[in-house]
Amino acid sequence: MLIDKKHIGMKVPPHSVHLTAWQLKWFAKATGETNPIYFDEEAARKAGLPGVLAPPTFFFCMDMDKEHPFDYLETMGCDLGKMLHGEQSFVYHKPVYSGDTLDFDGQITDIYDKKNGALQFVVKDVKVRRKGELVCDVRSVMVIRD
Amino acid sequence: MAMPTFDSLNVGDEIPSFTTEPVSRLTLALYATGSGDHHPLHLDQDYVRSKGIKDVFAHGMLGMAYLGRLLTQWVPQEAIRSFGVRFTAITWIGERLVCTGKVVEKLEQDGEKRVRLELTCANEQGEAKHKADAVVALA
Repeated sequence: MLIDKKHIGMKVPPHSVHLTAWQLKWFAKATGETNPIYFDEEAARKAGLPGVLAPPTFFFCMDMDKEHPFDYLETMGCDLGKMLHGEQSFVYHKPVYSGDTLDFDGQITDIYDKKNGALQFVVKDVKVRRKGELVCDVRSVMVIRD
Repeated sequence: MAMPTFDSLNVGDEIPSFTTEPVSRLTLALYATGSGDHHPLHLDQDYVRSKGIKDVFAHGMLGMAYLGRLLTQWVPQEAIRSFGVRFTAITWIGERLVCTGKVVEKLEQDGEKRVRLELTCANEQGEAKHKADAVVALA
């Protein structure tokens, strides 16, 4: 079944995330990070930072940090069991740190298919803001297999 | 390590690479905690076998995080303007990931000197798992 393109432009329910040093510490451990500005609050302060620095891909984790991160695909009638992560990209405007509260505001910006509909692509663009200031653009492309 | 400069770099130059430890079940459990992604495809062997898959496999974003480290070990994070990845193959338990990058373009954009990099995360046999690109601002 092809996804109805009427969903292009659909807003994703917004959410907010309070970024903690605890979460970043585990992310650093998981990814083999050795630079303490990514996991140690004291080292980050000594480096002149307001908190532990969130690494480049952590915006994706925060975008997913909600009860139903793929609710928009369910709204379109997609089977989440057939979903794959196709592409992920970020445009960076400002660094973010533990202690920040970030607001995620997303929209479906494209839906297309390849191989006669065997692969369908849903593009979601999310603006991430801190106190109204744009800090990152996050684009996720999810692939639904027939 | 000295910060690379725009003038010192040429198209084709490689940035310092690294190879990860083999991806283990513990790696995936830690990544689930750190990222908040507890999907059973990455954690629960009973679940994946019930789906006809031979074993659990790595989160795609784990490989992207490794490529992020490749960038931030080379330049301070605030120099990164954009970073994007295409997921091309699955990473299985036991695979080491070889993270490499090279300069593919030098450009001036928004009043800044920047370089575009092509990044690859591949297994030791050379199978690319992720192909990425990044734009970095340099003095």
